Amino acid sequence: MDGTTMLRLEGITKVFPGVKALSSVSLAIGKGEIHAIVGENGAGKSTLMNILSGVFPPDSGRIIFDGKDVHLKDPREAQGLGISMIHQELSLAPHLSVMENVFIGRLKRNALGFVDYGKMRKMCIDSLACLGIESIPPDTKVGSLSVSQRQLVEIAKALSFDAKVLVMDEPTSSLTLAETEMLLAVMRSLKASGVSVLFISHRLEEVFEVSDRITVLRDGCLVKSMDRSEATVNEVVSLMVGREFERVFARAYREYSPAEKPVLEVRGLTSREKKLKDISFKMYRGEILALTGLVGSGRTELLQSLFGLDKIDSGAILVDGVERSIADPHDAIALGIGLVPEGRKDQGLFLEMSVKENISMAHLPSMSRHLFLNMQQERKATQTYVDNLNIKTPGMNQRVKFLSGGNQQKAIIARWLMNNPRILFLDEPTHGVDIGAKSEIYRIVDGLAQKGMSVLFVSSELPEVLTLADRILVMHAGSIVKELARDAADQEEIMRYATNQI
Amino acid sequence: MSDTSSIDKRAAVPGSTIRTLIRATTARKEFSVFVALLVLSIIVSLMSPYFLTVENIFNVLRQFSIIGILAVGEALIIITGGIDLSVGSLVGLSGILTGLFAGAGIPTLPLFFLVIIAGCLLGSVNGLLVTRIGINPFIATLGMLSIARGGALLITGGLPISVDNKINFLGDGYLGPVPVSAVIMFIVAIVGHIFATRTLPGRNVFAVGNNERAAKLSGIRVKSTKMMVFMIMGGLCALSGIILSGTLSSAEPTAGTGYELDVIAAVVMGGASLSGGIGSIIGVIFGAALMGVLRNGFVLMGVSAYWQVVAIGVVIIAAVSLDSLSSKKAGS
Repeated sequence: MDGTTMLRLEGITKVFPGVKALSSVSLAIGKGEIHAIVGENGAGKSTLMNILSGVFPPDSGRIIFDGKDVHLKDPREAQGLGISMIHQELSLAPHLSVMENVFIGRLKRNALGFVDYGKMRKMCIDSLACLGIESIPPDTKVGSLSVSQRQLVEIAKALSFDAKVLVMDEPTSSLTLAETEMLLAVMRSLKASGVSVLFISHRLEEVFEVSDRITVLRDGCLVKSMDRSEATVNEVVSLMVGREFERVFARAYREYSPAEKPVLEVRGLTSREKKLKDISFKMYRGEILALTGLVGSGRTELLQSLFGLDKIDSGAILVDGVERSIADPHDAIALGIGLVPEGRKDQGLFLEMSVKENISMAHLPSMSRHLFLNMQQERKATQTYVDNLNIKTPGMNQRVKFLSGGNQQKAIIARWLMNNPRILFLDEPTHGVDIGAKSEIYRIVDGLAQKGMSVLFVSSELPEVLTLADRILVMHAGSIVKELARDAADQEEIMRYATNQI
Repeated sequence: MSDTSSIDKRAAVPGSTIRTLIRATTARKEFSVFVALLVLSIIVSLMSPYFLTVENIFNVLRQFSIIGILAVGEALIIITGGIDLSVGSLVGLSGILTGLFAGAGIPTLPLFFLVIIAGCLLGSVNGLLVTRIGINPFIATLGMLSIARGGALLITGGLPISVDNKINFLGDGYLGPVPVSAVIMFIVAIVGHIFATRTLPGRNVFAVGNNERAAKLSGIRVKSTKMMVFMIMGGLCALSGIILSGTLSSAEPTAGTGYELDVIAAVVMGGASLSGGIGSIIGVIFGAALMGVLRNGFVLMGVSAYWQVVAIGVVIIAAVSLDSLSSKKAGS
């Protein structure tokens, strides 16, 4: 950092209907500085980022970029100035190719004015190579990429704007460890070339690993901005939550004997379409089983196949020792299985519907008589879960799209708890959720297991896997390559199996 | 809306309940179309004293009752994220079937159910094309639009069939001063509203339109839900066909031509989103009423029929623009 200020925010305030999202936030970002913004969900981080990248204007306050007052009308203007943003919810066009997405809005043209695909392909390969990715061909349709690959494309797109300031909203939340390391390396090289990086992250390890300055937001206010060298993890965490944080979540792990009857048993499950090969495992009552591996190793596909969303070619699924055919999620639900999917907006939420309707959705058939809904029962039952899971909402009839990410996630979890399943699948349950909500979710999951529910959860975060799981299944390229007992596992061990380096 | 805010202030003194009620009412999607209907009615009644006579009001009701009935079904389809362009043709074909069956001497009650079932079956064909073969609903129902109209013309050789049966009462009958078709529309609207807001399949309609994948993951049978709304639409087309042929005691093979546009316009003006997930039955009835009053107003003022066509287009665009602008404002 050479000490000059690249971007300065003064007294930024933003009010949404019913919520003061930001109140008089002032902040300075130096040239070539990596600046981390941390805070719980709803602290105002995303709002700040959106203002900075021109998505919406602040109600009051100034943005001074490179010494000049700027009024950002839209993201395009911000990009033109050199402020590029990578959103938490990716904004790529699924039917277009990778390179078209990277150059969207400014496709390269040849002398005749036609789109110059050759040139774009080359530039796209170069910018992906900057990120150290050779595995994504520029002609692939974005819709066929995994979430993490899309994230990388989004980053490549932002980098290709010759950004002076790169704003990243949780860039690593869906990346694997190796991909995260790569991204952090990219951030460092950007810094070396004088680009300022402003990023939101819930992963404090990487915040401390890479950033120069750390700013803590809480309830829309800037609590503290400090150099990384002055900060400690415990201090940052307690500033975020406003109280001392109980760091380690410990649960009473469960021992099981091989003589026990499994609640769920999978034998030789194979799906050519979803690239799953000969998957077998057992799950016992009250057990928390982790399913981990690199993104793209087939974890999500396995959960969704078990849930009846995708057809399987061969293999058997046994529930309580009885072989069952699960051809539709409806069948899975009838057998007492629930699935909290990854990607809240894509697969979980009914955005235009109320919090109440979102929570009750899977349980409605049991709350209706002759197809008529028992609305009083619905209201009461949902209220219970809103209270129990501490879902922060102004009311049951609030549309769910106005809730913060953590509360949306809790609403989806509530949807499945209300159904009282015996087997619960969770796909990246704490993805993009702050530390406070995360430990709440851990507690909820632990409580469910205590009551006898069997939980199978997919996670890329190894500390989370090690904290929660009784047993760990590691996947690689569509197969389960290893089953590890919790006490025999550590991060390196899991990574070795996940990358198949045994 | 200056009077709304003054009510607001007065209500704030005794308590906030009325205030919240007002806010909840004005925030509803139906509110803007209701205000538009009110304003338009006031303008028309000022221009023509005849507008507010009992006779004329029932006349207006009778005129838009078919569009209202069809709009209820179309709203359900649009809320699931689909669309049905074949409604006008299905109305025409159902009318022809009514004439044929009546001509074959089938008594009134079996005749009624026979035509309704035929309509449901025709609607199911749309549903099957969309859910089983996976054709985009716009295309599937566009095909059906042509097939059903062609069918009606083939059956009749292009000539009208006279209908001589008590079933015509549904189209030309009155209960006291009230046209039977208007009564039917209100029944359809009330049943439709209850269906949409208080039943399980109704809730599923909204869920499917909001997020199809999440709906599937929540155990909702997405295909059956879509199938159901197309079937309901077919049944309502049949009901409308019976009413329409009853009005004239004659089934015309070209009856109902162009209805799909009025119906979709009513649904959209009533606050439904063409991208699915949003809409209300009360809103679409207001939307249908708005178009009815507009048409009637033009007749009363003696404006050329050609101008009516233009004006209706303008009103549709204006209503939807206002709505889209106000929701943009609320969003930012």
